[in-house]
Amino acid sequence: MLARLIPHPLLSLALVLVWLALVNTFTLGNLILAIAIGLIIPMLTAAYWPDRPKLSKPLKSIEYVAIVIWDIVLANIEVAKIILFRKERDIRSRWVSVPLELTSPEAITVLAGTITMTPGTVSTMLSADAGCILVHCLNTDDPDGVRDEIKARYETRLMEIFE
Amino acid sequence: MEFIAELLISLFLVVSGVFGFVGSYGLVKLKDSVQRLHAPTKATTLGVGGVLIASMLFFFLDTGHISIHEILIALFLFLTAPITANFIAKTYMVANLKQEKLPKSSSECGWSIYDKPPSSDEDS
Repeated sequence: MLARLIPHPLLSLALVLVWLALVNTFTLGNLILAIAIGLIIPMLTAAYWPDRPKLSKPLKSIEYVAIVIWDIVLANIEVAKIILFRKERDIRSRWVSVPLELTSPEAITVLAGTITMTPGTVSTMLSADAGCILVHCLNTDDPDGVRDEIKARYETRLMEIFE
Repeated sequence: MEFIAELLISLFLVVSGVFGFVGSYGLVKLKDSVQRLHAPTKATTLGVGGVLIASMLFFFLDTGHISIHEILIALFLFLTAPITANFIAKTYMVANLKQEKLPKSSSECGWSIYDKPPSSDEDS
């Protein structure tokens, strides 16, 4: 009964929080409206989510978000330095192919987004069977090091969260 | 408002302005489209982030009211920026890059814009 009423508890929670943040003032009326939205939208859209991602350790995601935000700040400073102080011909860009152990589409999406937001790398493409991701590095002399860092720093953490 | 509060807010505004400028300067300086992608996806994040933090500080110190809209803006930015970058990169690669210039994919299939996915039972 509860599973049919709330097919997707995390989505419901996210909708309630986002609605409350959107109206920006906390009143009882807003809370009731937020809960109504959080109940109705997942019910209407449940058909479009045949396989829901299962989070085995949701609390780990807080640690992940903190690490990524810290890396984003560092990435900004690093990229700004390259743009301002490197001569154009000294910027050595490389393509790096990173094999993936993650299998769920949601986890790969999060990983690709993380790679784009963090130090000097943009994720550009997956291989056709989603077993490998193509990353562009703005400036690196050590493509293998970049690959190992992505795998160690982000992928292993995402494996813990999603699988 | 106190002097220190004003100093803090202007500091965040200046930082965000500097990073916004660096991001735009990167667009001019870097030489190809994929390199140029790095400038707006990174430098602008901190640029926008600085303005948002300054805005939250201002509303908190001025009115004592915690404003949450800024967190939402940051959230939506983090969700959309990588997707835009990915679209631009793929379009550039289709138009300008030969497959031979890329490193080989280490899985069974090649890169998705050059190679077909393995056929599954549902497709056939």
